[in-house]
Amino acid sequence: MSTVDEALLRSLVPGVLGILVRRGADFAAAEDAVQDALVEAVRAWPAAPPRDPKAWLVTVAWRRFLDATRAGAARRRREELLDRVSAPGPAPSTDDTLQVYFRCAHPLLTPSSAVALTLRAVGGLTTRQIAQAYLVPEATMAQRISRAKRTVSGVRFDQPGDVATVLRVLYLVFNEGYSGDVDLAVEALRLTRQLAGIINHPEVSGLLALMLLHHARRATRTAPDGSLVPLAEQDRARWDSAAITEGVRVLQAALARDQLGEYQVQAAIAALHADARTVEETDWVQVVEWYDELVRLTDSPVVLLNRAVAVGEADGARAGLAALAGLDASLPRHTAVAAYLHERDGDTATAARLYAEAAHRATTLAERDHLARQAARLHARG
Amino acid sequence: MAKYLLLKHYRGAPPPGHDVPMDRWTPEEISDHVQYMNDFAARLEESGEFVDAQALAPEGTWVRYDGEGRPPVTDGPFAETKDLIAGWMVIDVDSHDRAIELAGILSAAPGADGKPIHEWLEVRPFLSAPPTITE
Repeated sequence: MSTVDEALLRSLVPGVLGILVRRGADFAAAEDAVQDALVEAVRAWPAAPPRDPKAWLVTVAWRRFLDATRAGAARRRREELLDRVSAPGPAPSTDDTLQVYFRCAHPLLTPSSAVALTLRAVGGLTTRQIAQAYLVPEATMAQRISRAKRTVSGVRFDQPGDVATVLRVLYLVFNEGYSGDVDLAVEALRLTRQLAGIINHPEVSGLLALMLLHHARRATRTAPDGSLVPLAEQDRARWDSAAITEGVRVLQAALARDQLGEYQVQAAIAALHADARTVEETDWVQVVEWYDELVRLTDSPVVLLNRAVAVGEADGARAGLAALAGLDASLPRHTAVAAYLHERDGDTATAARLYAEAAHRATTLAERDHLARQAARLHARG
Repeated sequence: MAKYLLLKHYRGAPPPGHDVPMDRWTPEEISDHVQYMNDFAARLEESGEFVDAQALAPEGTWVRYDGEGRPPVTDGPFAETKDLIAGWMVIDVDSHDRAIELAGILSAAPGADGKPIHEWLEVRPFLSAPPTITE
């Protein structure tokens, strides 16, 4: 082995950390020790690959943790602990790993803190990698992570955590997409897949399916120049059929358990798009039905907005505009949706005006450019 | 998470609540003002919300392309330009409300007599990358 298998190494991180915490290590100190052990592994493994990588990491991380805990009063206890670590321990428990997920997504944390801590303590990324991914200075990210660690270090887990908190964090990471060296979408997918391997929960499967189905379209979502390619114009032949197959399989198994949740429903909508070989073959009536289900589950105005688009496809632009009529016009993308539906309804002048207005209100650069292009296209025609 | 620009103007912002120009402050008052800015930035770094802070010279040069093979044309500064940016701070925060809250704190920087200058700051969201999941 000439180089270290980084994927394997990082997959072991939450389990190793969980074991240290179960043995009584303070979470914040244990997390630092695990990061140290990772650095040591990268250095030592090429020359001397361990027989049992996880046991190696536990041993090294535990020693690092003890070295860092220099309190004299703890010294005697420390030797007892060293004895314990050299003895063959009990089989690693997945509960330890799960608890690390819960802790890093604890409701005491702000979303950005939970995201950063999850990427480090569950994902095994370095602070520098996380800082680069989120385009902030490393010192800022280091503070964000250390504050987050302090916040959750003393939290006791007497009751099972709420898996929804973990899923929200993973969803946020996935949605951040790609920026810099670390592919956050791929990382979120990896962490969700890992979570699905240790907890049997239909919404975990739902989120995994949702990620797989969206990830399958990734290569076709942007043109080589970086501009957005809408779903209807994507080259479906280039969708990743293996990811779609896996996503649909995971989703079907989750739906069969009859405990519907928002991620399963979102995945079902994504699956209907993935199923259609051409945009015309899309089963929009079913898409609308799933949106109705999502409205029932989330009562989110953004969902109602997306539903209006689907209604426009299923029942015609007039029906879509009617569905849009009752919604708050200040919603993000409301004007863009209105522009699209007016164009479908044949009102090019209104559509052009609304596209220009939507471009002005866009919150992402790619979206702004896309909407400005739509306005320009209609102006050129008219 | 979203990034915001907190923009300070030399000129072009509405008049501040406490309108004594900086050259009429005492040197200590200027030092206190600078210290307030530095402390503010340090606290933001500590809270994991700091991205960048820069100050700009009040005068610059206007430049434009002047055709193939020709050197760029320079001009200015123009006294009539209404908007003159003094500097900025970039923050990375969890909400728009938090951006407003921080701008409010920054605007409380002390000026003459050690009183907050109530300077108007412009808060502008960054255009971000599009999210992975849109429909």
